[in-house]
Amino acid sequence: MTSTPRKERYLLARRIIQLGVPALFILGYRFDLGIGGRELIQGNLSASRILDALPLADPLAVSQLLLTGRIPHADVLWGALVVILFYWVLGGRAFCSWVCPVNIIGDSASWLRARLDIPPGFTLPRQLRYGLLALALFLSALTGVAAFEWVSPVGIIQRGLIYGMGLGWLAVAGLFLFDLLVLRHGWCGHMCPLGAFYSLVGRFSLLRIRFQKDTCTSCGKCHRVCPEPQVLALKPLAQKGRVLSGNCTNCARCIEVCPEGSLSFAPRWKTGEELQQPGTKKAGPVRAA
Amino acid sequence: MGAFLNRTAGESRRQFLARASRFAGMTLVGGLLWGWLVQESKAQPFALHPPGAKSGQDLQSRCIKCGMCVDACPYDTLSLSRAGDDGAPGVPYFVARNTPCYMCSDVPCARACPSGALDREVEITRARMGLAVLLDQENCIAFQGLRCEVCYRVCPLMGKAISLQYSPQERTGKHAFFRPVVHSQECTGCGMCEHACILEEPAIKVLTRRMAKGRLGRHYRLGWKEKGVISPDFTPDDAAPGPELKEWGRRSGERALKELNDTEGLYD
Repeated sequence: MTSTPRKERYLLARRIIQLGVPALFILGYRFDLGIGGRELIQGNLSASRILDALPLADPLAVSQLLLTGRIPHADVLWGALVVILFYWVLGGRAFCSWVCPVNIIGDSASWLRARLDIPPGFTLPRQLRYGLLALALFLSALTGVAAFEWVSPVGIIQRGLIYGMGLGWLAVAGLFLFDLLVLRHGWCGHMCPLGAFYSLVGRFSLLRIRFQKDTCTSCGKCHRVCPEPQVLALKPLAQKGRVLSGNCTNCARCIEVCPEGSLSFAPRWKTGEELQQPGTKKAGPVRAA
Repeated sequence: MGAFLNRTAGESRRQFLARASRFAGMTLVGGLLWGWLVQESKAQPFALHPPGAKSGQDLQSRCIKCGMCVDACPYDTLSLSRAGDDGAPGVPYFVARNTPCYMCSDVPCARACPSGALDREVEITRARMGLAVLLDQENCIAFQGLRCEVCYRVCPLMGKAISLQYSPQERTGKHAFFRPVVHSQECTGCGMCEHACILEEPAIKVLTRRMAKGRLGRHYRLGWKEKGVISPDFTPDDAAPGPELKEWGRRSGERALKELNDTEGLYD
């Protein structure tokens, strides 16, 4: 676990996937890349079709479409279900840290912020995202169009990568400067309704970060690198033996920086002998290493 | 969001209420601004949408902005609208002067739509993307008595959607005008005419149908089109769908007629 190339393997894998997904969409769009007469992939992150067969769709976008009072075609309903199941297994916000291109903007702003030693000033409650999620759904019903999709910087940027940015660069610059100068992980960690939606999925996700208390030296390296440090609060972590908060993005930065190897990926049920249901207060026995 | 909306330790009731109302205020202001932004940009009168697109607001509500229609179009006619473009953000549209719709008979764009924003069953000649209108008769050279007919020739429904109207040319006394005329019951709004118009700025342009079409009031009866329907003893009751005249309405109508026809004192 000490050799350098292995150390940041998750980070490297994330960046490859984050750039690879739009690259695949571009290949599908510009070059009609196909296998055996079927198009490999069509569409973008809002909705797509793999090999002319498997539909995928952004479940929040579909929720908003439903709230406008129209029944969409079955393709996007199945697509949304497939995507929810996928992230239910791999961690709700795994979308945020492994797929969403905006994550690169937030991470690089956060990196530069640390380099330039910009002190924290302005703050927003991290629960603001749930308020904005509720607003997105409410406004969709009220205005009759998918309200978040109408203004979503995630949508503007992911479409921009495939079809050309245009004024979308303003969204990129805006998010970067906001995260850099105003609030660390300001968009992804405090405001994004899509992240809030996947947080709700993540509460039940199967793949989680496991924590082994007996090897932890409380050095705090994981806290400093985590984009959602509140999910690593030591006391509940020690009690439950894993990160159960839906806000955790399964980005695995904490696993990479932990000098003791106290953190690792594990299925949700593989923690202690006696499993704790999320939300209950009673402390359970923590599995020994 | 439970933790945030509960009182935290060491916080007085007043502090908590101030914090909660600040949050509520921020949500309200944000919601109003956001709703206004959406409402404000919903009106998009100029953009032309792919064949089979549901009309107006219905398209905006159903479109998931996935771009599969854009991907499917073999002519690269369609694009997803970006900030500053025509049309609602992310919704497919085309600019006929740049690249028109070539009216593929299998309509691959509509077939690709996963959300129901485009009607997959649409027959291309029944598509209504817009309506071609010969807007600038002052510059259309056919209206000057010159021969052109390019829009008529390129129209995929030649002779049906655009026909030529012949009339004598008085200026020379021996030539004819060949004026193109668009028929809205056939025109799909594909934009081939606008694309091909030989002027620097096209005289014929595709507008959204809502913009281009007028509507005759239901109370107009065109007698020469309704022979046999309108008889001398025509009464409003015969006029099929229309509000039924109540008894008091008929009486007051009769009274008004009587008054109008009353000539007493008029010629004194």
